[in-house]
Amino acid sequence: MADLNKPAWRNDAFAKVTGRTRYTDDLKFPNLLHAVPVYSEHVHATLRGVDTRAAAASEGVVRVITARDVPGTNRFGQIVQDFRVFADDRIRHNGDVVALVVAQTRDQALRAAEMVRVDAIPLPSVLDPEEAMKPGAMLVHEEFGTNIINTHRIRRGDIEEGFRVSEVIVEHEFATPWVEHAYMEPEVAVCQVRSDGVMEVYGSMQHPFSTRRFVSAVLGVPLADVEVIGTPMGGGFGGKDDTAAIVCARAALAARLTGRPVKLMYRRDWSIRESYKRHPYRVKYKMGLTRAGRIKAVHCTIIADGGAYCSVTPWVTWRSTVQCCGPYEVPHVHCDTFGVYTNNPVTGAMRGFGSPQVNFVVESMIDIAAQRLNMSAIELRRINMVRQGSVTITGQKLDNHTVAMEQVLDAVLRETDFENKVRTCPRGAGHEEEQYGIGLAMSYRGVSLGAEGVDFCAAMINVQADGSILIETGIHENGQGAESAMMLIAARELGVAVERIRYRRSSTSVIPDSGTTVASRGTIMGGGAVTLAAQDLKQKIAEAVAPAMDCLPGELEFRDEQIVHPPSGRSTSFDKAIQEMFSQKRFPHAFGVFKAPTVTWDEHDGQGKAYFTWVYGCQAIELMVNRKTGKVRLLNAVAAHDVGSAVNRAMLEGQFYGGMAMGIGYALHEDLEVVDGRIQNANLNAYRIPRAMDMPEMKAIIIENPDPESPSAAKSIGEPTNELMAPAIANAIFNASGKRHFHLPIRCVPEG
Amino acid sequence: MTITVNGTVRELTPDVLQKRLVEYLREDLDLTGTKNACDIGACGACTLLIDDLPLKICTKRVHEVAGKRITTIEGLARNDGTLHPLQQAFVDHGAIQCGFCTPGMVLTAHAFLLKHPTPTRSEIRRAIYGNLCRCTGYQQIVDAIAAAAPYYATHSQP
Repeated sequence: MADLNKPAWRNDAFAKVTGRTRYTDDLKFPNLLHAVPVYSEHVHATLRGVDTRAAAASEGVVRVITARDVPGTNRFGQIVQDFRVFADDRIRHNGDVVALVVAQTRDQALRAAEMVRVDAIPLPSVLDPEEAMKPGAMLVHEEFGTNIINTHRIRRGDIEEGFRVSEVIVEHEFATPWVEHAYMEPEVAVCQVRSDGVMEVYGSMQHPFSTRRFVSAVLGVPLADVEVIGTPMGGGFGGKDDTAAIVCARAALAARLTGRPVKLMYRRDWSIRESYKRHPYRVKYKMGLTRAGRIKAVHCTIIADGGAYCSVTPWVTWRSTVQCCGPYEVPHVHCDTFGVYTNNPVTGAMRGFGSPQVNFVVESMIDIAAQRLNMSAIELRRINMVRQGSVTITGQKLDNHTVAMEQVLDAVLRETDFENKVRTCPRGAGHEEEQYGIGLAMSYRGVSLGAEGVDFCAAMINVQADGSILIETGIHENGQGAESAMMLIAARELGVAVERIRYRRSSTSVIPDSGTTVASRGTIMGGGAVTLAAQDLKQKIAEAVAPAMDCLPGELEFRDEQIVHPPSGRSTSFDKAIQEMFSQKRFPHAFGVFKAPTVTWDEHDGQGKAYFTWVYGCQAIELMVNRKTGKVRLLNAVAAHDVGSAVNRAMLEGQFYGGMAMGIGYALHEDLEVVDGRIQNANLNAYRIPRAMDMPEMKAIIIENPDPESPSAAKSIGEPTNELMAPAIANAIFNASGKRHFHLPIRCVPEG
Repeated sequence: MTITVNGTVRELTPDVLQKRLVEYLREDLDLTGTKNACDIGACGACTLLIDDLPLKICTKRVHEVAGKRITTIEGLARNDGTLHPLQQAFVDHGAIQCGFCTPGMVLTAHAFLLKHPTPTRSEIRRAIYGNLCRCTGYQQIVDAIAAAAPYYATHSQP
């Protein structure tokens, strides 16, 4: 649906390219105070006290805040209330904050922060999730009586029968690392108390409603007394949820206690130290197949290091469980998944949300199995992959949307000439210094939250008397272009130029709580709500103008800034129709709510309709492995994803490329080094995200199968693009070098 | 002591000379397009042009650039407010997502194209090596810089 020939469009591009965009740290407030957090040296310790006297007496310091100063609750969490705004009973990881120093200047606050003394008795720390699961292990949260945060399981078919009828069994263990989101803008918040007593919160966060809940709980005030105002944000990738909300809550508390506006801006090393990461996984995976290549059984155990606090670990590991067999039909499945507390860095939501880990495992296993069967890995995928009407491993029949698995696979095979090229791969044979490899991986992915939570979203369209249009939704602009997508969907539905539309800076005091802008749900949920609001608005306009046009409201069409009655050829302009509405005392105002279709879930057997619709993707990569240096040089990457309907083509392609880049970082570069619970590489010089020269040229193939479950026909793209490069690269490296890698990031060992 | 910022000559008092340059620009002059994202010169978000050469300035003090000519992202657009062709190329090619790296990226690319108006894509990638972007995978940024290059090749004062 998007026009291929049009240049890219987004509502904030001009401001961003000229440096005029005001991110949180760019906002100016009179009489502003500056706050900085205070950490301790500990990883796990009983906290006996925090001595703030010297810091409080330091030059310029206005207040030093600790857990004792919190008027409401000090404990918060979206699922389990175990996060502390300030450490109270214990220090549970090295990123726990014990105090906040508030001073006239940032330098004064930084100096005073050094003077805070922490009185704590070190405890043995539990750093290995498998050890943490054992009875008698040191408990991270004593009140829970266990370190197991959550379990999920799938019991499908008869696992023993499945392996009995299997002729080939492949079994391996895999491990993946912590991954830092590395959004370019660190966490930051500015809060001020308005004259009516309402706390205004500006901050870099992707879940304004959760932030509001957190701030109101910490302050002990009603939700209506906190207004979180959407502020341009320098990237999130799932990482600006819990930690960002805590940062906002601390700044709000400081503003409440001092009566002045307070800014809490994170330094990069604090951000990396304290914020949650992608979960490291250990996966034991056993697959049984017939010689003809039919997967009969999968037995897997997934252990996720949840770190010191629960965050959204139960939801992340749920997606891993639902998608633990990849996009394949498997009759007999036995999966056990564990989220586990440790004293390591906290883990939570990150782009992919539990899929990058399991996809690395599953898509590596498929290539390993194909090699064992002496069969083409593409053929093995074709034999087992989901098709129209297939039943997933959780018993969901895929019949309410186009199952595009084969379509995306074929698109990538064609574009790359994969099957000819893969035959030329040496797999370690030969003597060339650089060996060529091509590899691919594919996945399906449940859209939006699924059975994780209540899933609905609101949008408002408010047409002004002159025909200009304001829209607002509960979806947050993380930098991905969500506002632009909402505006284009509104323009398309109303048949008007997008230039008429302004996206209203969202406020939690105006739009209803629509959940968080995660789970690739922005376009499908927000776009759905905008579409429904636009349809309601059109109905209202049509009712107002139909009598004068001598027709029925239902006969009118909205296109090219006109409201047209096709049978008679009569038309009126959008502007005139709006004037007519006001003269009839009708507001051209509409409210749309998109409720995600119902999903079902039985936790006991892990069966149910897990997601209301699915997306399909396939990515391939060509590379060279240097035998002498072990260096991997990427040549070319191709991705095909079914997006339902393309709304904003250039932004969509940007999601492809950005997701693939992050996947390449996961495969080859990114390794958060955690030693004894302490992060060693807490800045961007040492934590290495991909740079321009690390990246190959990329091609995005957009597949459109409009989704009947989505009012706008569009689905998701943010995360699917980020979950395939690691296995594609692992497979390509095997095809080049003959060496299989079971750990991320992949390190090719130089020969000789 | 003076400094020229986006064409305006500014006096530097002794206390200003000791300030961090990024604070002077962002706080004193309200030129907030210059970002500070790592404090150690690792990410490139603070890049600006000193006498037309790109420099990561988050670790610099004002006195280190006294007497120089500074161009920030706010100084690149034309006086009438229209975008520089390089900026327009970033907009048209979808090279902007969250926008936090954009000012430094645009200025690095501008300095590069001034000296190398007919680059290959791989030379462009090398030129922006020090500017991190987490959103775009650099593909559309490279597209934008490549598309703007002919303008530099055909104009004497781009």
